[in-house]
Order: sequence, then structure tokens, then C-alpha cells
Amino acid sequence: MDATEIGLWGVPLAMLGGAIRVSTPFIFVSLGEAITERSGRINLGLEGTLVFGAMTAYAVAVMTGSPWLGLLAAAAAGLCFGLFHGWICKFRGVNDIAIGIALMLFGSGLAFFFGKPFIQPSAPDLPAIPFGGWSDVPQVQAALNVNVLFLIGAALAVFLWWAFRNTRAGLILRVVGDSSDAARAMGLNPNTVRLIATGIGGALAGIGGAYLSLYYPGSWTEGISSGQGLMAVALVIFARWNPLGCFAAALLFGGAGALGPALQSVGVTQGYYLFYAAPYILTLVIMIATSSSSRSLAGAPGELSITK
Amino acid sequence: MRESGMKAVGVETIGMSMRFGAFTALDDVSIKVPAGSFHALLGENGAGKSTLVKCIMGFYHPTAGDILIDGREVGIAGPKDASALGLGMVYQHFTLVPSLTGAENLVISREKVPGIIDWRKERAALAQFMERMPFKLPLDVKVAELAAGEKQKLEIIKQLYLGRSFLVLDEPTSVLTPGEAQEVLGLVRGMTKAGDLTVLMISHKFHEVTAFTDDITVLRKGRLTGTGKVSELSHKQMAAMMIGDQPIAALDSRAPVPAEAKQVLTVKALKAPDRTGLKTINIGELDVKSGEIVGVAGISGNGQKEFLEVLAGQRTRDAGDVLVKGSPYCASRAEARTLNVRFIPEEPLRNACAPRMTVAENMAFRTFDLNEAGKPISWIRMGAIRDYATRLIEQFKVKTASLASPISSLSGGNVQRAVLARELTGEVDLLIVSNPCFGLDFSAVAEIRARIMKARNAGAAVLLMSEDLDELLELSDRIFVMSDGALVYETPIAQASVQTIGEHMAGHH
Repeated sequence: MDATEIGLWGVPLAMLGGAIRVSTPFIFVSLGEAITERSGRINLGLEGTLVFGAMTAYAVAVMTGSPWLGLLAAAAAGLCFGLFHGWICKFRGVNDIAIGIALMLFGSGLAFFFGKPFIQPSAPDLPAIPFGGWSDVPQVQAALNVNVLFLIGAALAVFLWWAFRNTRAGLILRVVGDSSDAARAMGLNPNTVRLIATGIGGALAGIGGAYLSLYYPGSWTEGISSGQGLMAVALVIFARWNPLGCFAAALLFGGAGALGPALQSVGVTQGYYLFYAAPYILTLVIMIATSSSSRSLAGAPGELSITK
Repeated sequence: MRESGMKAVGVETIGMSMRFGAFTALDDVSIKVPAGSFHALLGENGAGKSTLVKCIMGFYHPTAGDILIDGREVGIAGPKDASALGLGMVYQHFTLVPSLTGAENLVISREKVPGIIDWRKERAALAQFMERMPFKLPLDVKVAELAAGEKQKLEIIKQLYLGRSFLVLDEPTSVLTPGEAQEVLGLVRGMTKAGDLTVLMISHKFHEVTAFTDDITVLRKGRLTGTGKVSELSHKQMAAMMIGDQPIAALDSRAPVPAEAKQVLTVKALKAPDRTGLKTINIGELDVKSGEIVGVAGISGNGQKEFLEVLAGQRTRDAGDVLVKGSPYCASRAEARTLNVRFIPEEPLRNACAPRMTVAENMAFRTFDLNEAGKPISWIRMGAIRDYATRLIEQFKVKTASLASPISSLSGGNVQRAVLARELTGEVDLLIVSNPCFGLDFSAVAEIRARIMKARNAGAAVLLMSEDLDELLELSDRIFVMSDGALVYETPIAQASVQTIGEHMAGHH
């Protein structure tokens, strides 16, 4: 059975599959960034962390033969990047956005430098769970072949949403993100909280990178990231710093990203390249539609430098 | 959290001194606040009130002096020690976290918070705690959505929830309506009378001090200049303790508004979105005549700021007309110049200055591109700017290290004087002023009010928005009350009553 036989149904199906496949790195990076931004700091360096995480995961997986060790290494590398960002930003007069851009370039550059020997060898993949066994249609099976990281990401989104309101750590994070003065009055050190939040954000971005090199596309190349790290930062704002919103936005973005390939697979030969731009156009349209010239962003953490 | 059958504690300082390098902020100050009393701490800005309080609360380590609690000497090394002893402080600016609900704010400020918060249990405990409190508050609403009075009450409740039995209140009523202020202070008074609480209140308002407190202590330039029972002191005596022998600028006597005075500012059916974008402000009709001051009262957040932004051209309007001397006014530089419109916004350093540019440059903003004849020039002459600024600095007594210092290095009062100098020099037909004396000390306040009155007597039409009702009552010829985005009440000053104005401010009509 080939794509044309299920006809145009192939398009939404491919988009669903694409949404699940493509969205995972977005989910992790945007959840990480949501934690960081909720603490009142923005880390634009996650793009670099993502690429470095992808390289680390691939390299470790090649050397040890275990994708899980690769994943762990990527998270550790991301944690280091995040902590570094958090540590530099505690100094007076340091701008978190400028440091983020510097770390973005640094992370990518470092990944290319160390990653050269790993472009050829192949690493074991992260496992996926086939949820599509009930169907004979291969497209359905392909679409529902869900990687464990996607499930972990979904669970993490729900957990964070719950934790932001029901745990001490969650409330402290929101206090620090909304008002440094109030935090200090409570005897909290905003810099420490932000350091930890940026570190966790980096670790999650590293995991997002591991997904890229160990599952989809599933190999280490220098062009592995097409700006997911940066787009995820935009997704967080678009999702209004809500973890469930981040998850939904990542799915939407992933689905839109699958539109181009899906159209191509059902035989549209002209102009499908235009649809590769769909996620970006979609983001622009939603951003414009939900913004206002006279009102500031609802739900934005008060200490965030871009919305201050 | 301690039970709220708590016992008030008495606090005493003995010979408290605080030196920062060569500067003595606090010089041998001994005060005594007995348990269950309501004590007022008076003094001008920089008199050392906050230094004293910060020493008590453990934010500063005093250079010399002791603190006694219930007659026993205690060592307070930091804010944590102070809170363990039951000392708490309610700051002038709110320390609640705006995006958290009241309940979340209370729970997270506790010393020990469980890792996972069982909201059902917490809510039950909070409900039980609130039953014992003299005021009711919605705790499930985000703090950002509470009115200023509610926030102030929540701040106090937070301190009580944390088991504090000695509270420092730093100008607690500065953001409240007269009605809210009465209510909050009355409740605090009740708690001190019941012996649950001891309060030390920093205040500038004599009528509050007289109505609610037991004793006062007055500081001036870091020294104790007076103390005594409120019942035995007059306002005049208190003022003398506060300002000493400094001369205070007197208000120009009020020239009567001539009957044939021309209408200068006319606002008709003005509509504009407010800050949240959810509501609109709606000014039906407002006119200001030459030679009168029209005051606009209201609690912050009722649309005064937006109204002012529309007049200043910072906010677009949806509908309506603004006319100055009969011609439409959209706040362009050219219009302001031809129609002689001047503007003194609140927080002048932020809204009327470029903080890092020099004092001279800031003072020349209106005139730097004109020559003596008022014609545009193509080359800026720094010499002329300096001469102009020198003249104004002398005339308005702006204290600055040099003409070339950044204006942000000036004190609040001097920034305001510099802005006044810029705005009040030359022909002024319409003057729009907002909270001109916020955060300034006694003598600066008197001087700035005198300048505004002088501009009025010289024939300017003045629109004055202020959150300080006393200021409006002192200066205005007519008062409007703004509530919920609309002008809801108008009264000539002769018939104005604080109570009626307060009721309209609170939106009870």
C-alpha cells in the first residue's frame, strides 16, 4: 500500500506523525526555557546547548553502545552550559541576552570541533514504542511509532504545570521570577534560584539535542538543528510561560513542520517547499494575532529582561 | 506560625547610632515603644527614620546602641533573628508577589513550607486563621488584581500569619483612600488596644497620627528632636520638632478666578483603552479656565494615569476631542510650543528626563533648538544651553554638583525643581501636573506647591492630578473625582468635604 492509496488522508496522518516526531526537541527545550524564564532570566544559548547535547549524546552512544548513557551525557553537558550561563549572569551589569547569544555560538562551535570524528560512525537509537499495531495501514503504524522521550516530555509538561503551583520549589521559582525584592525579603537568594533554574533548563535542552542525534533525524551532522533551540524560546513566550501551553505549542509547531514533507509524499510536486516555512509563518501569525500594542504580555514573569 | 492569641512585645532602643563612613545617619537615638502601644515615628526624608527601623529589623548593624525586647537585651544579627523574635515590617512598596494568589503568597512566606503543598489542608488552615482576623480578604485572587487597600491589608495579615507581634508600618496609608486608611488604621488600633500587637508607624500625616496613635518620636538629621504623648501635642509643635527653624516657602495667596476667565483646556467625550486593554476610560466633559487649578482625585489605578498619558500624547485615544484654547491638541511638540502647554508628569526622572544626559541638557529640552526670538536654529549652541541652565538653576534653587552632572545624580527634590524650572519658564497657558510632590520632603513639597500656585496666579490653567488628597484640597479651585475610568463627582473647593470625596473615590456611588 503506498501513500496515494489512502489519498489525502495521508496529509493529516503524516502531520500527526510529524507532530509527535518533530515536536520532542521543542518540548524539552521549551520546558527547560519555561523553567528558566519563570525564574526571571532568559537563556538564548539553548540553541548552542541543543547542538552540543546532540553531539555529546551521539559521541557517547557511539563509544559506549548505549543510547541512554548518551542521553545522560547530553543532559550533563546541558547542565554545565546552563550553570555557566547562570553563573555569569549573576554579576552586575551582565546582560543575559548577550551572554545567551555568545553561548549559542560557543556551544555550536564547540560541538562542531569535538564532533568531527563522529560524523561517520553510527550510534544506536533511542527506543520507540509502536502504538499503531492495531492497524494494517503502514502510515498509521509509522505515525504512531512513538519515542519514549516524547512520552517523558508529555509527562514532564503535566508535572511542571502541577509543580508550579503545588510545590515549594515551584512557588519559590515564581516568586523569584516575579519580584527579586519580594524574594530577598523572604530570605531567598534570587541568584541561586536562577542558577539552578538555568541549569535545569540547560539539562532539558541537552536532552532535546540527544533526541535529535539519537532518534530523529538520528545521526550527527553539523546541520542537525534547524534553529529548534531558538524557536523553542519563542514558543515559551507564545505559550505564556505555561508548561501545558509549551507542550501544545510544540505539537502545533511540529505538525506544521510536517506539512511540507507530507504534501510531498502525497504527490504534490510544486511549491511544497513553501510549506516548509509553515511553522515560521504560523508562529508569526499567532504572535501577531495574540499581541496588542497597548497591553503588556499577560502572565509574563515580572523580572524578565525582555518584558520589563 | 504562632497562635493568634499572641502577646504583644515592647521594643526599646538605647543610644542607637549608625555611621556610614564619615556620615552619621543616626546619632544616639533612644526610643521606647511599650507593649500594646501604637507609636508614630515622624521626620522628614533623610531624618534617619528608615535607618532606625532597619537597625531594629536587623538589616543594618548599628555602630553603637542596644535593642531591648520586653526589657531584655537581645542581639539581632540579621532579618531572620528579628522575625524569630516576632518583629515584622510592612514596607511602603508592596512586597507581595503580584502573579501569585493571596494564599500562595501567605504560604510561601512561611519559614517552613513542605516540599509538596497540600492545598486542601492549607486552605482549611487559612480559612480558620482568617476567621480570627479583623478583615476579610479574597485569598484566591492574584495579588495583582487586588486594590491597593486590599494589598495593604494582606501585607499586614501576612505579618500576623507569620506570628509577628511587633510591626513596623512604613507610611501604610500613602496608597489608600481616606476611607480605607481609616479602616486599616482603625483595625490596627483595635489590635494594639487588645494587646495583640505593638505598632511603630512611620508617617507624614499629622491627622492620622493624632487620630490613631498613642505616642510620637520625632527625628531630624539623625537626632531625636522630640517625643511625647499625642494627646499633649499640637500639630504645630510636631511640625516644629520635624523641621526645626528651616524657613518654609509660603503659598502665594490665592487670587480670585476672574469671572470672564477664558476656557483653556476642553476635553469632550474622550475614550481610550486602559492599561489592561480590558476597560476604557471615559471622560465626559472637563474644562479648565485660565487662572484656576482643577484637581483630579482618585485612587491609583482608576484611569488617571491613562487620562494623563492621553493628554501627554503617550497613549492613543479611541474617540473624543482635546481642545486647547479652541484648537485641537494632539500633544505634538509644535502644538505644545504654539499653545504654551507645559507638562509635569509623575516620577519626573523617568517621565520627563533623559536620566544620563546632563542637568543643563535636560533643562534645555524645550528650547535647545530655538534662538532668543523663538525661531528654529540649525546648530545647537552649548554655550547658550549652559547660560540658560545656569540662570534657571539659580532661579529655582536646584542643587547640583555641576551643570555637566547627569540629572540622575540629583536627589528627587532637585530633579523635580529642575523639571519645574524647565516647564514653568516662559509663557505658560496650560500646565498639566501629576503627583508633583510624591516622595519629596517637607520643604521641597512646600516650595513646589508654591510654584504651582504662582503659575496659577500668573494666569495659567492648571490640571492637577494627585493621589494626595491634602495636596488637592490645599491647591485646587475645583476638584473632580475619578473612579473606574470616569469623572464621577465635581465640587468647588468651598463645598468640598473629605468624606464625600473619599466615598466617590471608593466608588460607593
